[in-house]
Amino acid sequence: MTVEMLIFVIFVLSVFLGFELISKVPSMLHTPLMSGTNAIHGIILLGGMLALAEADGFMQYTAGFVAVVLGSANVFGGFMVTDRMLQMFKRKK
Amino acid sequence: MITSLAFLIAAVLFILGIKMLASPKTARKGNLIAGVGMVLALLAVLPQLHGSHGEGVSLWKWLLIIVGILLGLFVGAAGAYKVKMTAMPQMVALFNGAGGGAAALVAAIEFAHLTPTSSLVFVISMLCAAMIGAVSLSGSIIAFFKLEGHFDKPVTYPAQQLLNGLLFVISALLALVMAMGSHSMVLMCLFLVIALALGVLMVMPIGGADMPVVISLLNSFTGLAVAADGFAIDNVAMIIAGTLVGSSGTILTLAMCKAMNRPVTNVLFSAFGKVDATASAAAGATGSVKSVHADEAALLLGMAGRLVIVPGYGLAVAQAQHQVRQLADELAKKGVEVVFAIHPVAGRMPGHMNVLLAEADVPYDQLIEMESINPEMDRVDVCLVIGANDVVNPAAHEDKSSPIYGMPIIEAEKSGTVIVMKRSMGKGFAGIENALFLRDNCRMLFGDAKASLQELVTLVKAG
Repeated sequence: MTVEMLIFVIFVLSVFLGFELISKVPSMLHTPLMSGTNAIHGIILLGGMLALAEADGFMQYTAGFVAVVLGSANVFGGFMVTDRMLQMFKRKK
Repeated sequence: MITSLAFLIAAVLFILGIKMLASPKTARKGNLIAGVGMVLALLAVLPQLHGSHGEGVSLWKWLLIIVGILLGLFVGAAGAYKVKMTAMPQMVALFNGAGGGAAALVAAIEFAHLTPTSSLVFVISMLCAAMIGAVSLSGSIIAFFKLEGHFDKPVTYPAQQLLNGLLFVISALLALVMAMGSHSMVLMCLFLVIALALGVLMVMPIGGADMPVVISLLNSFTGLAVAADGFAIDNVAMIIAGTLVGSSGTILTLAMCKAMNRPVTNVLFSAFGKVDATASAAAGATGSVKSVHADEAALLLGMAGRLVIVPGYGLAVAQAQHQVRQLADELAKKGVEVVFAIHPVAGRMPGHMNVLLAEADVPYDQLIEMESINPEMDRVDVCLVIGANDVVNPAAHEDKSSPIYGMPIIEAEKSGTVIVMKRSMGKGFAGIENALFLRDNCRMLFGDAKASLQELVTLVKAG
């Protein structure tokens, strides 16, 4: 199996895993869940760092820098805002 | 090797995190676990960083990366901790847009580094990431403004489907040219601009009430864009994380549409406001509006054995979540059994009401979901509807011509007495009349929800 094929297999399996993970969630958790998965795609920060590292020229430097800032805002803001929502979910004392 | 192993562990932590987010008991831990996975992935990528010719990363670039991360951290933290609970959906939209923008930029930079020998798979995944990321960025920004109350009405213009279709065809052609080997940055920029325009045009015609669905959909878009970027730069962690978000986001989007009983295509391609508004007026609800004063309402509430409170977006707007909890506590002290009935799409986001009430320390086992409360509604003495409208509109069950016909509702009308707190007789998001307000067992308590609730608390305490 080629590496590309292997990666494709990972992709397809992840699709189904995503479906399975979400199918049984009470609606009260929909907002935190949306926010939590929103934070997880903040992994684009990795892509931003890789891209900025190999940037050449002013335009690419700028684009890479902006990508890192946006990705970082996505990932850190996302996890913090989700945590802030969830810390309020309490049972009766 | 170590990096791959770390990515694998990070992926497992993401999966566990999402799994735990799905249960109230473990949700917070789940978010933290996913966060640990993220930190791990971020550290693991450091040894992989290299310049465009495989050389080490210059000090200058390290500086840029660190400053960029700190800047994003600062902006993200400020947003996350300053935002009011009512504005949560907007914040998620903005963070999502940021992710989409980053995905598009990464794709563009990778595109600039293509060589004539680059595999077609990489080129295509780059183009996908650029397109979807850009749509997600501009779409999220429009969703943000819509939730902030700007251009609240669905914006429609002649031949919108045609224009969108045309833009889509142009971008597909551009993508084809670029995939065939023309790696021109001018074409790429044009491609990005068209994608941004598509995002704007896609969201503009959709009404504010449907923004949760749109944000959820754009969230899964960004996930897919990140996964496509992962293909393009051969990063397994990005592929797994992005795909998980993409597929789980799709399921979440469908679940939201199901709660509103509308197919997702209907949300995206038909402006809600255009649905025949005259139809429900013609159905002619009979009866008259009966308003009450706070003292009478307080009396009704105090005498109730079982009280169900139905909160809606009006509660969020009035920032009255603390007052409603006080009222619930005061009534509970008097022996009234109080629960909150939560409609899955009440507010601007599914679960919005849960988050809001949680902020006011309402324990979550006091929040009952629609399906569980409806069979018991005819044994409820008083139903207090606060700033909710469409989600308690019996037209959804009775009036076949109503645009919301078939949407599941909380059957408030079945309770002994319904008290509706509202600012005016204005219509809800769906822009239709509510037959509930004219029922014999319905009393309207007009005024600002916060002020009215405060008054009720005082009266209940005194009485």
